[in-house]
Amino acid sequence: MDEEDRELEKILQRKMKELLHATQRKTTPHPLSEGKAVKLTSENFDKVINNSDMPVLVDFWAEWCMPCHMMSPVVEALAKKYAGKAIVAKLNVDESPDIAQRYYIMGIPTFIIFKNGKPVEKIVGAVGRGPLEKALRKHLTT
Amino acid sequence: MSLLTFQAPVEEEEIKERYDLVIVGAGPAGCSAAIYARRFQLETLIVAKELGGLIVDAEIVDNYPGLPEIPGSELGNKFLEHAKKYMTNIIMEEVESIEKKESGFLVRTMDEKTIEAKAIILATGEKHRKLNVPGEEEFLGRGVSYCGLCDAPLFKDRVVAVVGGGNVAFSDAQLLAKHAKKVILIHRRNWFRADPIEVKRVKENSKIEILTPYIVREIKGDMKVEKLLLEKTKEVGGEVIPTGELKEIEVDGIFVDIGLVPNSELAKKSGVAVDERGYIIVDDFMRTSVEGIFAAGDVTDKGSKFRQVVLAAAQGAIAAISVYNYLKSKE
Repeated sequence: MDEEDRELEKILQRKMKELLHATQRKTTPHPLSEGKAVKLTSENFDKVINNSDMPVLVDFWAEWCMPCHMMSPVVEALAKKYAGKAIVAKLNVDESPDIAQRYYIMGIPTFIIFKNGKPVEKIVGAVGRGPLEKALRKHLTT
Repeated sequence: MSLLTFQAPVEEEEIKERYDLVIVGAGPAGCSAAIYARRFQLETLIVAKELGGLIVDAEIVDNYPGLPEIPGSELGNKFLEHAKKYMTNIIMEEVESIEKKESGFLVRTMDEKTIEAKAIILATGEKHRKLNVPGEEEFLGRGVSYCGLCDAPLFKDRVVAVVGGGNVAFSDAQLLAKHAKKVILIHRRNWFRADPIEVKRVKENSKIEILTPYIVREIKGDMKVEKLLLEKTKEVGGEVIPTGELKEIEVDGIFVDIGLVPNSELAKKSGVAVDERGYIIVDDFMRTSVEGIFAAGDVTDKGSKFRQVVLAAAQGAIAAISVYNYLKSKE
Protein backbone atom coordinates (compact mmCIF):
# COMPACT_ATOMS: atom_id res chain seq x y z
CA MET A 1 0.00 0.00 0.00
CA ASP A 2 1.66 3.27 -1.01
CA GLU A 3 1.48 6.63 0.70
CA GLU A 4 -1.41 7.92 -1.44
CA ASP A 5 -3.59 4.89 -0.74
CA ARG A 6 -2.97 5.17 2.96
CA GLU A 7 -3.94 8.84 2.87
CA LEU A 8 -7.10 7.96 0.95
CA GLU A 9 -7.95 5.23 3.45
CA LYS A 10 -7.61 7.73 6.30
CA ILE A 11 -9.88 10.21 4.56
CA LEU A 12 -12.43 7.51 3.88
CA GLN A 13 -12.39 6.40 7.47
CA ARG A 14 -12.83 9.95 8.67
CA LYS A 15 -15.72 10.48 6.27
CA MET A 16 -17.29 7.24 7.42
CA LYS A 17 -17.02 8.30 11.04
CA GLU A 18 -18.57 11.66 10.25
CA LEU A 19 -21.42 10.03 8.38
CA LEU A 20 -22.04 7.57 11.17
CA HIS A 21 -21.97 10.40 13.65
CA ALA A 22 -24.41 12.44 11.60
CA THR A 23 -26.92 9.60 11.31
CA GLN A 24 -26.55 8.88 15.01
CA ARG A 25 -27.25 12.48 15.79
CA LYS A 26 -30.32 12.35 13.59
CA THR A 27 -31.69 9.24 15.24
CA THR A 28 -30.89 10.34 18.78
CA PRO A 29 -34.41 10.44 20.20
CA HIS A 30 -35.87 13.65 21.52
CA PRO A 31 -36.41 13.11 25.26
CA LEU A 32 -40.13 13.81 24.86
CA SER A 33 -40.60 11.96 21.59
CA GLU A 34 -39.24 8.50 22.30
CA GLY A 35 -42.23 6.50 21.18
CA LYS A 36 -44.39 6.83 24.25
CA ALA A 37 -47.09 9.35 25.13
CA VAL A 38 -45.74 11.93 27.58
CA LYS A 39 -47.66 12.84 30.71
CA LEU A 40 -48.40 16.55 30.97
CA THR A 41 -49.33 18.39 34.17
CA SER A 42 -50.10 21.98 35.13
CA GLU A 43 -46.40 22.33 35.96
CA ASN A 44 -44.80 21.12 32.73
CA PHE A 45 -47.54 21.91 30.19
CA ASP A 46 -46.36 25.35 29.03
CA LYS A 47 -42.71 24.32 29.00
CA VAL A 48 -43.43 21.35 26.75
CA ILE A 49 -45.71 23.07 24.25
CA ASN A 50 -43.66 26.27 24.04
CA ASN A 51 -40.20 24.72 23.75
CA SER A 52 -40.73 22.32 20.87
CA ASP A 53 -39.94 22.62 17.18
CA MET A 54 -42.14 19.60 16.64
CA PRO A 55 -45.92 19.68 16.72
CA VAL A 56 -47.37 18.59 20.07
CA LEU A 57 -50.52 16.46 20.06
CA VAL A 58 -52.26 16.63 23.44
CA ASP A 59 -54.95 14.14 24.43
CA PHE A 60 -57.20 15.72 27.09
CA TRP A 61 -58.68 12.78 29.02
CA ALA A 62 -60.00 11.54 32.35
CA GLU A 63 -60.07 8.23 34.18
CA TRP A 64 -63.90 8.01 34.13
CA CYS A 65 -64.21 8.73 30.40
CA MET A 66 -64.84 5.57 28.38
CA PRO A 67 -64.29 7.02 24.91
CA CYS A 68 -60.92 8.29 26.18
CA HIS A 69 -59.86 4.76 27.08
CA MET A 70 -61.02 3.68 23.65
CA MET A 71 -58.66 6.19 22.04
CA SER A 72 -55.72 5.56 24.32
CA PRO A 73 -54.19 2.73 22.22
CA VAL A 74 -54.53 4.97 19.15
CA VAL A 75 -52.64 7.74 20.95
CA GLU A 76 -49.88 5.33 22.00
CA ALA A 77 -49.63 3.97 18.44
CA LEU A 78 -49.18 7.50 17.09
CA ALA A 79 -46.52 8.25 19.73
CA LYS A 80 -44.64 5.16 18.57
CA LYS A 81 -45.00 5.87 14.86
CA TYR A 82 -44.07 9.54 15.05
CA ALA A 83 -41.18 9.24 17.50
CA GLY A 84 -38.71 12.01 16.71
CA LYS A 85 -41.25 13.84 14.55
CA ALA A 86 -43.94 14.86 17.00
CA ILE A 87 -44.54 14.97 20.72
CA VAL A 88 -47.62 12.99 21.69
CA ALA A 89 -48.85 13.82 25.17
CA LYS A 90 -51.73 13.21 27.55
CA LEU A 91 -53.25 15.63 30.03
CA ASN A 92 -55.63 14.40 32.73
CA VAL A 93 -58.34 17.09 33.01
CA ASP A 94 -59.16 16.12 36.61
CA GLU A 95 -55.55 16.56 37.70
CA SER A 96 -54.97 19.76 35.70
CA PRO A 97 -58.34 21.57 35.54
CA ASP A 98 -56.57 24.93 35.01
CA ILE A 99 -55.12 23.80 31.69
CA ALA A 100 -58.41 22.17 30.65
CA GLN A 101 -60.27 25.40 31.43
CA ARG A 102 -57.78 27.50 29.51
CA TYR A 103 -58.68 25.61 26.33
CA TYR A 104 -62.41 25.33 27.15
CA ILE A 105 -62.35 21.55 27.36
CA MET A 106 -65.98 20.61 28.11
CA GLY A 107 -66.14 17.26 26.39
CA ILE A 108 -63.52 14.57 26.29
CA PRO A 109 -61.57 13.17 24.66
CA THR A 110 -60.46 16.40 23.01
CA PHE A 111 -57.25 16.45 21.01
CA ILE A 112 -55.37 19.69 20.38
CA ILE A 113 -52.31 19.99 18.16
CA PHE A 114 -49.97 22.79 19.25
CA LYS A 115 -47.29 24.39 17.12
CA ASN A 116 -44.88 26.88 18.71
CA GLY A 117 -47.14 26.94 21.75
CA LYS A 118 -50.30 27.81 19.81
CA PRO A 119 -53.25 25.52 19.17
CA VAL A 120 -53.54 24.91 15.42
CA GLU A 121 -56.05 22.07 15.36
CA LYS A 122 -58.77 20.77 17.66
CA ILE A 123 -60.54 17.43 17.34
CA VAL A 124 -63.37 16.43 19.66
CA GLY A 125 -64.46 12.88 20.38
CA ALA A 126 -63.32 9.31 19.89
CA VAL A 127 -62.73 9.81 16.19
CA GLY A 128 -60.52 6.76 15.63
CA ARG A 129 -57.02 6.64 14.23
CA GLY A 130 -57.61 8.00 10.71
CA PRO A 131 -58.71 11.59 11.36
CA LEU A 132 -56.25 12.05 14.22
CA GLU A 133 -53.27 10.81 12.23
CA LYS A 134 -54.29 12.86 9.20
CA ALA A 135 -54.43 16.03 11.31
CA LEU A 136 -51.07 15.32 12.90
CA ARG A 137 -49.44 14.60 9.54
CA LYS A 138 -50.64 17.95 8.24
CA HIS A 139 -48.58 19.74 10.89
CA LEU A 140 -45.35 17.74 10.74
CA THR A 141 -42.42 19.94 9.86
CA THR A 142 -40.70 17.48 7.56
CA MET B 1 -67.89 2.31 37.25
CA SER B 2 -65.92 0.05 35.01
CA LEU B 3 -64.16 1.40 31.96
CA LEU B 4 -63.63 0.39 28.41
CA THR B 5 -60.19 -1.13 28.79
CA PHE B 6 -60.14 -3.03 25.52
CA GLN B 7 -56.98 -2.42 23.53
CA ALA B 8 -57.55 -2.77 19.81
CA PRO B 9 -54.69 -3.93 17.65
CA VAL B 10 -54.14 -0.62 15.90
CA GLU B 11 -50.73 -1.42 14.46
CA GLU B 12 -51.02 -0.97 10.72
CA GLU B 13 -48.58 -3.79 9.99
CA GLU B 14 -50.99 -6.37 11.36
CA ILE B 15 -53.66 -5.66 8.79
CA LYS B 16 -53.80 -7.95 5.78
CA GLU B 17 -54.77 -6.91 2.26
CA ARG B 18 -57.46 -9.55 1.83
CA TYR B 19 -60.15 -10.91 4.10
CA ASP B 20 -63.05 -13.28 3.66
CA LEU B 21 -65.25 -10.93 5.64
CA VAL B 22 -65.07 -7.26 6.56
CA ILE B 23 -67.47 -6.19 9.30
CA VAL B 24 -68.14 -2.48 9.59
CA GLY B 25 -68.95 -1.62 13.21
CA ALA B 26 -67.79 -2.99 16.57
CA GLY B 27 -70.93 -2.96 18.68
CA PRO B 28 -72.80 -6.05 19.87
CA ALA B 29 -73.90 -6.97 16.31
CA GLY B 30 -70.45 -6.58 14.74
CA CYS B 31 -68.63 -8.40 17.54
CA SER B 32 -71.14 -11.24 17.59
CA ALA B 33 -70.85 -11.59 13.81
CA ALA B 34 -67.04 -11.76 14.15
CA ILE B 35 -67.21 -14.45 16.83
CA TYR B 36 -69.43 -16.61 14.63
CA ALA B 37 -67.42 -15.90 11.47
CA ARG B 38 -64.23 -17.02 13.21
CA ARG B 39 -65.88 -20.28 14.23
CA PHE B 40 -66.37 -20.86 10.50
CA GLN B 41 -62.69 -19.97 10.08
CA LEU B 42 -63.42 -16.97 7.92
CA GLU B 43 -60.56 -14.45 7.89
CA THR B 44 -62.32 -11.51 9.52
CA LEU B 45 -61.55 -7.82 9.93
CA ILE B 46 -63.65 -5.37 11.91
CA VAL B 47 -63.34 -1.76 10.79
CA ALA B 48 -65.01 0.58 13.27
CA LYS B 49 -64.99 4.29 13.92
CA GLU B 50 -65.81 3.67 17.57
CA LEU B 51 -65.50 0.55 19.67
CA GLY B 52 -68.26 -1.19 21.61
CA GLY B 53 -71.20 0.66 20.12
CA LEU B 54 -73.62 3.00 21.87
CA ILE B 55 -74.14 0.45 24.64
CA VAL B 56 -70.84 1.54 26.27
CA ASP B 57 -72.58 4.83 27.14
CA ALA B 58 -75.24 2.99 29.16
CA GLU B 59 -74.65 3.09 32.90
CA ILE B 60 -76.14 -0.36 33.56
CA VAL B 61 -77.49 -3.04 31.24
CA ASP B 62 -79.88 -5.31 33.06
CA ASN B 63 -81.49 -7.37 30.31
CA TYR B 64 -78.65 -9.24 28.66
CA PRO B 65 -79.15 -12.89 29.64
CA GLY B 66 -76.50 -14.33 31.92
CA LEU B 67 -74.91 -10.99 32.76
CA PRO B 68 -77.29 -9.18 35.14
CA GLU B 69 -76.62 -5.55 36.15
CA ILE B 70 -73.52 -5.18 34.00
CA PRO B 71 -72.20 -1.68 33.22
CA GLY B 72 -72.57 -0.95 29.50
CA SER B 73 -68.83 -0.33 29.11
CA GLU B 74 -68.03 -3.70 30.66
CA LEU B 75 -70.45 -5.47 28.35
CA GLY B 76 -68.83 -3.67 25.39
CA ASN B 77 -65.43 -4.82 26.67
CA LYS B 78 -66.57 -8.41 26.91
CA PHE B 79 -67.87 -8.40 23.34
CA LEU B 80 -64.64 -6.92 22.00
CA GLU B 81 -62.39 -9.22 24.03
CA HIS B 82 -64.41 -12.21 22.90
CA ALA B 83 -64.08 -11.22 19.23
CA LYS B 84 -60.35 -10.55 19.63
CA LYS B 85 -59.80 -13.87 21.41
CA TYR B 86 -60.79 -15.65 18.22
CA MET B 87 -58.26 -13.73 16.15
CA THR B 88 -60.46 -11.09 14.63
CA ASN B 89 -58.44 -8.08 13.47
CA ILE B 90 -59.94 -4.82 14.65
CA ILE B 91 -58.98 -1.38 13.40
CA MET B 92 -60.38 1.98 14.44
CA GLU B 93 -61.10 3.72 11.18
CA GLU B 94 -64.05 5.03 9.27
CA VAL B 95 -65.01 3.31 6.03
CA GLU B 96 -65.20 5.74 3.15
CA SER B 97 -66.64 3.45 0.46
CA ILE B 98 -67.43 -0.13 -0.49
CA GLU B 99 -66.99 -0.88 -4.16
CA LYS B 100 -68.36 -3.98 -5.83
CA LYS B 101 -65.70 -5.97 -7.70
CA GLU B 102 -65.92 -9.17 -9.68
CA SER B 103 -64.43 -11.24 -6.87
CA GLY B 104 -66.11 -9.39 -4.03
CA PHE B 105 -65.65 -5.91 -2.61
CA LEU B 106 -63.02 -3.24 -2.24
CA VAL B 107 -63.28 -1.45 1.11
CA ARG B 108 -61.66 1.96 1.26
CA THR B 109 -61.11 3.72 4.59
CA MET B 110 -61.01 7.47 5.24
CA ASP B 111 -57.29 7.02 5.77
CA GLU B 112 -56.98 5.68 2.21
CA LYS B 113 -56.35 2.09 3.19
CA THR B 114 -57.84 -0.44 0.78
CA ILE B 115 -58.89 -3.91 1.83
CA GLU B 116 -60.40 -6.65 -0.30
CA ALA B 117 -63.29 -8.68 1.07
CA LYS B 118 -65.39 -11.51 -0.27
CA ALA B 119 -68.39 -10.42 1.82
CA ILE B 120 -69.43 -7.48 3.99
CA ILE B 121 -71.54 -7.15 7.12
CA LEU B 122 -72.76 -3.65 7.92
CA ALA B 123 -73.25 -3.30 11.67
CA THR B 124 -72.91 0.46 11.87
CA GLY B 125 -75.66 1.08 14.41
CA GLU B 126 -77.11 4.45 15.21
CA LYS B 127 -75.89 7.88 16.24
CA HIS B 128 -77.32 10.75 18.24
CA ARG B 129 -79.81 12.94 16.41
CA LYS B 130 -78.68 16.55 16.12
CA LEU B 131 -80.69 19.68 16.74
CA ASN B 132 -79.39 21.19 13.49
CA VAL B 133 -79.21 24.71 14.89
CA PRO B 134 -76.46 27.35 14.61
CA GLY B 135 -73.71 26.86 17.20
CA GLU B 136 -74.27 23.14 17.66
CA GLU B 137 -71.26 22.03 15.63
CA GLU B 138 -69.11 25.00 16.60
CA PHE B 139 -69.44 24.34 20.33
CA LEU B 140 -69.08 20.56 20.26
CA GLY B 141 -66.75 19.77 23.13
CA ARG B 142 -67.11 23.34 24.41
CA GLY B 143 -70.50 22.91 26.03
CA VAL B 144 -72.45 20.84 23.52
CA SER B 145 -72.61 17.15 24.40
CA TYR B 146 -74.60 14.08 23.42
CA CYS B 147 -73.52 11.84 26.30
CA GLY B 148 -74.36 12.57 29.91
CA LEU B 149 -72.37 9.68 31.28
CA CYS B 150 -69.29 10.85 29.34
CA ASP B 151 -69.25 14.55 30.10
CA ALA B 152 -71.42 15.23 33.19
CA PRO B 153 -68.47 15.55 35.62
CA LEU B 154 -67.03 18.39 33.50
CA PHE B 155 -70.02 20.55 34.45
CA LYS B 156 -69.43 20.64 38.18
CA ASP B 157 -71.20 23.65 39.77
CA ARG B 158 -72.37 24.95 36.39
CA VAL B 159 -75.79 25.51 34.82
CA VAL B 160 -76.66 23.03 32.07
CA ALA B 161 -79.63 22.40 29.82
CA VAL B 162 -80.86 18.97 28.75
CA VAL B 163 -83.01 18.80 25.62
CA GLY B 164 -85.46 15.96 25.10
CA GLY B 165 -88.48 14.22 26.54
CA GLY B 166 -87.49 10.56 26.56
CA ASN B 167 -85.85 8.28 29.12
CA VAL B 168 -82.33 9.25 28.07
CA ALA B 169 -83.00 12.96 28.63
CA PHE B 170 -84.54 12.23 32.02
CA SER B 171 -81.72 10.01 33.20
CA ASP B 172 -79.11 12.50 31.94
CA ALA B 173 -80.89 15.31 33.81
CA GLN B 174 -80.70 13.32 37.04
CA LEU B 175 -77.08 12.39 36.44
CA LEU B 176 -76.16 16.01 35.70
CA ALA B 177 -77.98 17.17 38.83
CA LYS B 178 -75.38 15.24 40.85
CA HIS B 179 -72.61 17.47 39.46
CA ALA B 180 -74.16 20.71 38.18
CA LYS B 181 -75.49 23.66 40.18
CA LYS B 182 -78.71 23.68 38.18
CA VAL B 183 -80.22 21.61 35.36
CA ILE B 184 -82.86 22.97 32.97
CA LEU B 185 -84.81 20.30 31.09
CA ILE B 186 -86.17 21.67 27.83
CA HIS B 187 -88.79 19.83 25.78
CA ARG B 188 -90.92 20.84 22.81
CA ARG B 189 -94.12 19.42 24.30
CA ASN B 190 -95.81 19.70 27.65
CA TRP B 191 -95.85 15.94 28.04
CA PHE B 192 -93.03 13.39 28.02
CA ARG B 193 -92.32 10.03 26.43
CA ALA B 194 -90.14 9.09 29.43
CA ASP B 195 -91.43 6.51 31.89
CA PRO B 196 -93.70 8.02 34.59
CA ILE B 197 -91.30 6.94 37.33
CA GLU B 198 -88.49 8.95 35.68
CA VAL B 199 -90.77 11.99 35.26
CA LYS B 200 -91.72 11.78 38.94
CA ARG B 201 -88.07 11.59 40.02
CA VAL B 202 -87.12 14.60 37.90
CA LYS B 203 -90.05 16.65 39.18
CA GLU B 204 -89.03 15.88 42.75
CA ASN B 205 -85.39 16.85 42.15
CA SER B 206 -84.90 20.39 43.50
CA LYS B 207 -81.92 21.01 41.21
CA ILE B 208 -83.89 20.33 38.02
CA GLU B 209 -86.18 22.90 36.44
CA ILE B 210 -88.55 21.82 33.64
CA LEU B 211 -88.98 24.36 30.84
CA THR B 212 -91.72 23.51 28.30
CA PRO B 213 -92.90 23.77 25.58
CA TYR B 214 -89.78 25.19 23.94
CA ILE B 215 -87.45 24.31 21.08
CA VAL B 216 -83.81 25.39 20.80
CA ARG B 217 -83.22 27.86 17.96
CA GLU B 218 -79.58 28.75 18.51
CA ILE B 219 -76.61 27.97 20.73
CA LYS B 220 -74.65 31.13 21.45
CA GLY B 221 -71.32 31.93 23.01
CA ASP B 222 -67.85 33.25 22.48
CA MET B 223 -65.29 30.60 23.32
CA LYS B 224 -67.82 28.25 24.90
CA VAL B 225 -71.58 27.87 25.26
CA GLU B 226 -73.06 30.84 27.10
CA LYS B 227 -76.68 31.21 26.03
CA LEU B 228 -79.53 29.37 24.35
CA LEU B 229 -82.09 31.05 22.17
CA LEU B 230 -85.42 29.27 22.67
CA GLU B 231 -88.74 29.55 20.90
CA LYS B 232 -92.04 28.73 22.56
CA THR B 233 -94.19 26.14 20.79
CA LYS B 234 -97.77 24.97 20.92
CA GLU B 235 -99.29 21.63 20.11
CA VAL B 236 -102.07 21.59 17.56
CA GLY B 237 -103.54 18.20 16.72
CA GLY B 238 -100.35 16.42 17.80
CA GLU B 239 -98.14 18.75 15.72
CA VAL B 240 -95.59 21.00 17.41
CA ILE B 241 -95.84 24.54 16.00
CA PRO B 242 -93.44 27.40 16.81
CA THR B 243 -95.20 30.50 18.15
CA GLY B 244 -92.54 33.12 17.38
CA GLU B 245 -92.17 33.94 21.07
CA LEU B 246 -88.43 33.96 21.80
CA LYS B 247 -86.56 33.60 25.06
CA GLU B 248 -82.89 33.57 25.97
CA ILE B 249 -81.44 31.61 28.87
CA GLU B 250 -77.90 31.53 30.25
CA VAL B 251 -76.24 28.13 30.47
CA ASP B 252 -72.72 26.68 30.45
CA GLY B 253 -73.66 23.59 28.53
CA ILE B 254 -76.35 21.75 26.63
CA PHE B 255 -76.94 17.99 26.48
CA VAL B 256 -78.86 16.94 23.38
CA ASP B 257 -80.95 13.80 23.99
CA ILE B 258 -83.50 13.86 21.19
CA GLY B 259 -83.19 10.34 19.86
CA LEU B 260 -81.13 8.37 17.42
CA VAL B 261 -80.73 8.15 13.64
CA PRO B 262 -79.18 5.31 11.62
CA ASN B 263 -75.54 5.34 10.51
CA SER B 264 -76.53 4.29 7.01
CA GLU B 265 -74.72 6.79 4.76
CA LEU B 266 -72.17 4.13 3.82
CA ALA B 267 -74.94 1.62 3.04
CA LYS B 268 -76.72 4.13 0.81
CA LYS B 269 -73.47 5.03 -0.97
CA SER B 270 -72.90 1.33 -1.61
CA GLY B 271 -76.29 0.93 -3.24
CA VAL B 272 -77.92 -0.89 -0.32
CA ALA B 273 -81.66 -0.25 -0.04
CA VAL B 274 -82.94 1.51 3.08
CA ASP B 275 -86.46 2.18 4.34
CA GLU B 276 -88.10 5.61 4.52
CA ARG B 277 -86.42 6.29 7.89
CA GLY B 278 -82.98 5.39 6.52
CA TYR B 279 -82.64 1.93 8.12
CA ILE B 280 -81.15 -0.92 6.05
CA ILE B 281 -83.77 -3.33 4.75
CA VAL B 282 -82.83 -6.94 5.54
CA ASP B 283 -84.55 -10.29 5.05
CA ASP B 284 -84.71 -13.11 7.59
CA PHE B 285 -81.13 -14.10 6.70
CA MET B 286 -79.79 -10.54 7.17
CA ARG B 287 -79.25 -10.17 3.43
CA THR B 288 -79.47 -6.65 2.03
CA SER B 289 -80.49 -5.68 -1.50
CA VAL B 290 -76.86 -6.06 -2.64
CA GLU B 291 -75.57 -9.62 -3.05
CA GLY B 292 -72.66 -10.23 -0.70
CA ILE B 293 -73.53 -7.36 1.64
CA PHE B 294 -75.29 -8.32 4.87
CA ALA B 295 -76.40 -6.15 7.78
CA ALA B 296 -77.11 -6.62 11.49
CA GLY B 297 -78.09 -4.68 14.58
CA ASP B 298 -79.76 -1.31 15.14
CA VAL B 299 -78.90 -0.04 11.65
CA THR B 300 -81.38 -2.55 10.20
CA ASP B 301 -85.10 -1.94 9.87
CA LYS B 302 -85.82 -5.00 12.04
CA GLY B 303 -83.22 -4.27 14.72
CA SER B 304 -84.12 -0.62 15.15
CA LYS B 305 -87.69 -1.48 16.07
CA PHE B 306 -86.51 -3.04 19.34
CA ARG B 307 -82.99 -1.66 19.99
CA GLN B 308 -81.92 -4.57 22.17
CA VAL B 309 -78.36 -5.82 22.69
CA VAL B 310 -79.58 -9.40 22.67
CA LEU B 311 -81.29 -8.88 19.33
CA ALA B 312 -78.24 -7.17 17.79
CA ALA B 313 -76.07 -10.08 18.92
CA ALA B 314 -78.53 -12.57 17.46
CA GLN B 315 -78.69 -10.71 14.16
CA GLY B 316 -74.88 -10.63 14.05
CA ALA B 317 -74.83 -14.40 14.45
CA ILE B 318 -77.40 -14.89 11.67
CA ALA B 319 -75.48 -12.54 9.37
CA ALA B 320 -72.22 -14.47 9.91
CA ILE B 321 -73.90 -17.83 9.26
CA SER B 322 -75.45 -16.38 6.11
CA VAL B 323 -72.04 -15.11 4.98
CA TYR B 324 -70.59 -18.58 5.50
CA ASN B 325 -73.38 -20.19 3.45
CA TYR B 326 -73.07 -17.53 0.78
CA LEU B 327 -69.31 -18.02 0.40
CA LYS B 328 -69.72 -21.81 0.38
CA SER B 329 -72.32 -21.57 -2.39
CA LYS B 330 -69.89 -19.53 -4.48
CA GLU B 331 -67.04 -22.02 -4.21
